[in-house]
Amino acid sequence: MHGKALPYLLLTPATLFLCVFFLFPFALVAFEAFTRDGGFTLDNFRTMAGSWKFPVTVRNTLLLSAVVVPIQLVMALLMATMVSRLETGRSAALYIFAIPLGISDLAAGLIWLAIFDQSGFLNTLLSNLGVIDRPVMFLGYQSKLTIFIAVALAEIWRATAIMMVILVAGMGLIPREYYEAAEVFGASPWKRFIKITLPLLRPSLQTAIILRVILAFEVFAVVAALGGTNLPVLMGETYNWQFTLQDRNVAAAMALFILAISIGFTLFFLRVLRVPKEARI
Amino acid sequence: MSTVAELSIAAPEARKAGNWLLVATVILLCVWVLLPIYLLIVNALSSPEEVTAFPKRFFPSFDFGSLSFFINFAGVARALWNSVLVATLTMLLSIGFGAPAGYALSRFEFPGKETFRFLVLMTRAFPLPLLALPLAVMFIRTGLDDTAIGLALVHTTLALPFAVLITFSLFSGIPVELEEAAWTLGCTRLQAFRKIILPLALPGIAASAVFAFTISWNEVFAAAVLTIENRTLTAFLLQSLGESPLYLKFAGGAALVIPALIFIFAVRKYLFAMWGIANR
Amino acid sequence: MAEIAIKQVAKRFGSFTALHSIDLTIADQEFMVLLGASGCGKTTLLRIVAGLETPSQGEVWIGGRRVDHLPPRERGIAMVFQNYAVFPHLTVFENIAFGLRMKKLPQQEVEGRVNRTAELMHIEQLLKRYSGQLSGGQRQRVAVARALAMEPDVILMDEPLSNLDALLRLEMRAELKGVLAASKTTTIYVTHDQVEAMSLADRIAVMHQGHIVQAASPVEVYRNPAARFVGSFIGNPPMNFIPAAKAADGSWTVAGLTLPGPKSDKQTIEFAIRPEDVDAGTEGLHATVRVVEPLGPHTLVTCDVEGGLFRAILESNVTVAVGDHLRLLPKPDRIRWFDPETTNAL
Repeated sequence: MHGKALPYLLLTPATLFLCVFFLFPFALVAFEAFTRDGGFTLDNFRTMAGSWKFPVTVRNTLLLSAVVVPIQLVMALLMATMVSRLETGRSAALYIFAIPLGISDLAAGLIWLAIFDQSGFLNTLLSNLGVIDRPVMFLGYQSKLTIFIAVALAEIWRATAIMMVILVAGMGLIPREYYEAAEVFGASPWKRFIKITLPLLRPSLQTAIILRVILAFEVFAVVAALGGTNLPVLMGETYNWQFTLQDRNVAAAMALFILAISIGFTLFFLRVLRVPKEARI
Repeated sequence: MSTVAELSIAAPEARKAGNWLLVATVILLCVWVLLPIYLLIVNALSSPEEVTAFPKRFFPSFDFGSLSFFINFAGVARALWNSVLVATLTMLLSIGFGAPAGYALSRFEFPGKETFRFLVLMTRAFPLPLLALPLAVMFIRTGLDDTAIGLALVHTTLALPFAVLITFSLFSGIPVELEEAAWTLGCTRLQAFRKIILPLALPGIAASAVFAFTISWNEVFAAAVLTIENRTLTAFLLQSLGESPLYLKFAGGAALVIPALIFIFAVRKYLFAMWGIANR
Repeated sequence: MAEIAIKQVAKRFGSFTALHSIDLTIADQEFMVLLGASGCGKTTLLRIVAGLETPSQGEVWIGGRRVDHLPPRERGIAMVFQNYAVFPHLTVFENIAFGLRMKKLPQQEVEGRVNRTAELMHIEQLLKRYSGQLSGGQRQRVAVARALAMEPDVILMDEPLSNLDALLRLEMRAELKGVLAASKTTTIYVTHDQVEAMSLADRIAVMHQGHIVQAASPVEVYRNPAARFVGSFIGNPPMNFIPAAKAADGSWTVAGLTLPGPKSDKQTIEFAIRPEDVDAGTEGLHATVRVVEPLGPHTLVTCDVEGGLFRAILESNVTVAVGDHLRLLPKPDRIRWFDPETTNAL
């Protein structure tokens, strides 16, 4: 219509905002990571990688993601298919499944703290069942495995919802006729799931997995609430470098490292789960 | 012949069993989601002594000792207020910047449109809270450090892409013809937007505003990095994790969770449409 | 007085040209139908007149006023959209009143006009309802009432009946014709349905690939297509075309029949005849019957003539069977000739 400038006018605030608060700080992070006292250097990365905690944090973060994400994927698929077959109470079930979506990671950590703490509900339950006679320290510095399990459970509990919602929305896009056709041709429910749902759901699976993996690398508050310093992870270490150790440049290097593996995995899943344009619904 | 008869009898039986299994699994999954929240609330509604006692009761005693301790604890009221303030600012900023962009994307074809979309989608591959680190320095220089607006700006980078994509799909769902009809009936572009598009999009915009509010309300890392005196509730709780007593943590956790439950309930109708679309 | 003049209007979308320099004048109170297949540019032309699209070049005049730089609201038009565009958050009353309120007419005047047009469109009992409570046909009536209430100089209609089912379309068509004739507005009506075009139009502008191929009265367009496209597009079944070879004396030989024809320096031109304009007899075009379809009042016979498809509509009492050899005699005054290169009528 009149004035080709209108769309640009409407986009200007958002664009300016993203430039100032997204692109610019990103450039700053990159700059700080590669400089120290005004000169270009890779020292920050050397310091980062040289820290005894670094391999542990990398291992913990990756291991946590590797355990959590596949379980979440299966659970999200289960939730999504279950809900789609439900005749009554569908929206109630969906709402309940989606609740953790609105809960912060810190709150999720605290919720599971109520269960795993020494005076938590798990100890009471176990003693009621007669398994133990005095409370066990699940989250002590010696019990790394139970901390890991508690964090993993809290993460699974908290962040399955986001995958479920994406998958439910994706399943809604698959026309019913495909299932009916498959049924007519004699496909069992399981076969229909494997042959129809999964392939047609691939774009949604792709976004769900990418989003989830990136969020898994950012795990922070859940660990802080449950494990404290006993289960160091990447984001927690970054926070440490920034505040406890007061070294901005190494913190920036950490940030860049997290960014690098995030982008690496994004590209990986974009490639592996790629759907050719002509094969989309 | 007999196998057919058997099958036709067996089928409804099997179907019934399958249904039971389905319902049982759904209920189990609901319990999995709800039980931990319930337990947190039990703790929040118990006296400080009961929280640390062993063995514990699985039902709340409705003693408000923990909660009143929490509310009266130094800094809590202020942190709550800061959380609300930052989240409100984030909501206003992300809708104020995002909705015009969403409208532009839904109604115009113009050079640069794809570049903008790419910029928005790119934010998703980034661990955005990390950007708070360099901004902390920038904010000190500009006097935005430790202010609600400073943190709200960072939270807006998280919420803005969603606001853009959600409002884009909202506006796309309203036929252009309605707007054109309004123009032919004597409206200017602005009048047509106000009289036709806005009333139709308002519930959705409100839902995405609530969504932006929730994103900010829940954010921990950037909040902890950027605030010192003016801590939000999440930052406050994170700071005091080490030293504060258990009952304070649980009461704080409940204070975080309850509003979130209400938010999610308020936007439940839009949850799937918004997430489904925003993440495609 | 609202004569519409479209002068050398062209529209390009990137490298695609939707309209090539269109010239068209629509007289005051004339009912002009833009007819063409989808993608021919008819809707684009209508939207340019409405002001919803800006032309890449050219001028649009309405009632002696140049309007191509004015927004839709200043053009004195009203429009009926294909999907009706009835505002879902307003009642039927408020929908019809919408434009009047924008004009800031006094409440009494608004009510009067809304009630009048609602009565005219037989929707007076629906005024309190919302769009969601209406059927497709009722929404259509609201959309037309909303346009009429404006008492515009010009009404623009973009395929207004295409979303209705067949029976309703027939009913609305007759009603529209009556209402619009009574309202004395100038109308531009876009459709791809030739029957609709024939029944409604004072004049039809047949469009093809961004050109107006012919703009004439319905009968003229049907009887004397200006180009091969018009003949093949209008009429169901469409016109038959057979190559004609030049005979020695300047007449033309068509499928075994020699006919007098136009003077041309070409060796072959095209002979054209409508299916209903042939009679089965003892002489005429040599035809072999391929398919026989009795349609009740008459019989549609698809034949092979000179290796090409030829359809003839014959009296239903003529008995033909597949494989029969027929002689089809064209009515001399209905024969048309086309230049095979320019495709224009000769």
